[in-house]
Amino acid sequence: MPEMTYRDAIAEALREGMRADPNVFLMGEDIGAYGGSYVVTKGFLDEFGENRVRDTPIAESGIVGAAVGAAMAGMRPVVEMMTINFSLLAIDQIVNHAAKLLYMSGGQIPVPCVVRMVTGGGSQLGAQHSQNLEAWYARVPGLLVATPSTPYDAMGLMREALRERNPVMFIEHSLLYRRKGEVPAGWFTVPMGKAAVTREGKDVTIAGYLRTAMLAEEAADRLEREGIDAEVVDLRTLRPLDLDTIVASVQKTNRLVVVEDAWRTGGFSSEICQLVSEQAWDDLDAPPTRVNGADVPAPYARNLEALAYPVVEDIVAAVRATLPGARADYARL
Amino acid sequence: MATARESARRSTKQGAEPHVGIPNDQLLKMYRDMVLTRRVTDRMIALQRQGRVAFFISGQGQEATQVGVTHAIKRGTDWVFPYYRDQGVCIALGMTARELMLDLFGKAEGPCSHGRQMPSHFGHAALRMVSGSSPVATQTLHAVGCALAAKLRGLPEVCITSLGEGSTGQGDFHEAMNFAGVHKLPVIFIVENNGYAISQPQSKEMAVKDVADRAAGYGFRGSVVDGNDIMAVYQTTRWAVEEARRGHGPSLVECKTYRIVPHSSSDDDRRYRTRKEVEEWVKRDPIDRFQKYLLGAGILSEETDEQMRAGIEEEVTDAVRYAEQAADPDPAEALKHVYAHQPTGFP
Ligand SMILES: Cc1ncc(C[n+]2csc(CCOP(=O)(O)OP(=O)(O)O)c2C)c(N)n1
Ligand SMILES: [Mg+2]
Repeated sequence: MPEMTYRDAIAEALREGMRADPNVFLMGEDIGAYGGSYVVTKGFLDEFGENRVRDTPIAESGIVGAAVGAAMAGMRPVVEMMTINFSLLAIDQIVNHAAKLLYMSGGQIPVPCVVRMVTGGGSQLGAQHSQNLEAWYARVPGLLVATPSTPYDAMGLMREALRERNPVMFIEHSLLYRRKGEVPAGWFTVPMGKAAVTREGKDVTIAGYLRTAMLAEEAADRLEREGIDAEVVDLRTLRPLDLDTIVASVQKTNRLVVVEDAWRTGGFSSEICQLVSEQAWDDLDAPPTRVNGADVPAPYARNLEALAYPVVEDIVAAVRATLPGARADYARL
Repeated sequence: MATARESARRSTKQGAEPHVGIPNDQLLKMYRDMVLTRRVTDRMIALQRQGRVAFFISGQGQEATQVGVTHAIKRGTDWVFPYYRDQGVCIALGMTARELMLDLFGKAEGPCSHGRQMPSHFGHAALRMVSGSSPVATQTLHAVGCALAAKLRGLPEVCITSLGEGSTGQGDFHEAMNFAGVHKLPVIFIVENNGYAISQPQSKEMAVKDVADRAAGYGFRGSVVDGNDIMAVYQTTRWAVEEARRGHGPSLVECKTYRIVPHSSSDDDRRYRTRKEVEEWVKRDPIDRFQKYLLGAGILSEETDEQMRAGIEEEVTDAVRYAEQAADPDPAEALKHVYAHQPTGFP
């Protein structure tokens, strides 16, 4: 099977979508000649021209608002927020408008648009460039939230996003763009709301998404050396959430650790732990637990930033704490 | 309103001596601030290339605007809400090379945030400089609020805030302008127009030639100045500051300039502008221009210039050495400053 990077997989799905559907067009800051600040739309201007690859003023509310309007008119805009942090300037258009217009119009006005945004920290870019806010959007009825961690998922989910009748928040992690993976040449998609079991195991379920899905696999490798057989679930989309796959895994392993880069308080990991508690209480041999980012604005100094996001050791420690006779006294921050 | 713009042009063209009214020692200080800014940022660019810091963004080429504006305010009384390129503002306000380097390295002693915030988010309470944020143009609203506070308290304080021309596309900027116009606040919007927003030329940012024209729509003065002419920048800003202090409300000063370096350490500007264009602007370097002027007017001698520059080299080298060896923030204090722990307000 051909290998491809995460970045190229997203680009390829977009290119294909634009070739197939004249209603698909792109808007964003520096996406044209520059090819996007994470270089996803490189070459698009040459192939599709300025009409369909439109550099906009720096005005996130304007970009998303215009996308909502164009979507109402039957177009399929795909807009790029340079990072998820700047989507806060567009949150009214996303939450109050994109998410609600279909319902508020009694089903008359669908808003089929895709908002691409880059999430995540870890590059010493400070508190306002490093947030993981995708789970906020996952709380909003009316929105879909895609969170691919592999090139395969990125391509498959983007293909779905371009066929959706609902607004899709398409979340890309800044540290994943160079990740390589196998992507089949033929047509496939990844449905919204279908998690993937990326590694089978019987002792504990570790669930993650985006960067933490990768981290969970590393932790599983580490645990294997200790004789602990972990199963890894990559959520792939936060909304819809594939609870069935998580519950089925927990019914097998009887233990759950959910890993999330975002802040601990009120996190999406808590939501998953609660849902699993409701649905699989009798199967659980230990309280479902979470590994999260620290409740702190992302610090700049390298040594402080290193404390703000989960590392493999945190997951390993959390897994150990679910096992019989464990001591739960591990803490980095 | 049109008169404001004319008066700005007049002050640069008609005066036989552009430096009239600026004492010689202040002219020399302005010059030193510009050179120090350039040398500090040169070194910072090198440090990033050597992998000693993660990221860097500077305002090389915009020093006349930044230093000129800052010399026009009452430092320590007036408030400054800068943007990420404003190393020249920091130095003219009184930050040292050491302080800027400490922040670049994210050290505990760094005055802007003690290692918590990215460099280029300049905040220094003692200098009345307030950190801008990473989302562009948001600082303009804070400047407006600060000016409102001065007005409410009857204090003779003026607020200046700066931003790039591309950032004026944000709603926040327009809300700030409107609010300031309606409430006649002592605030000055400095637009550092360098012709680009990352890769996008001004024509993709707005359909007008001068951002200054926007001011009329909000009921106050807008001026256009040559942002590479420090004396013009100084005179125009000075006049706007005096107007604001007299209670005559806000102004906008648009400084036409150019950044002679890529947008940031993550940018490759060959993707969107020609080398020829950059070279043309390098020829119009604001520091060379001011140096030539001062030498010609007999205010600066070759000898003092050399001495001054040698002193600056030492200062910058010392700053790097000092900052790189300084202590990192204490990990045990990583959560300090998320909340304030002293109660404030009513007893
Ligand atoms: C709200 C928001 N959107 C996007 C960005 C990314 N960004 C950082 S600087 C910049 C360009 C700003 O251009 P301009 O205002 O002209 O200032 P310059 O960098 O040219 O000095 C952009 C788009 C941001 N920081 N904030
Ligand atoms: Mg600019």
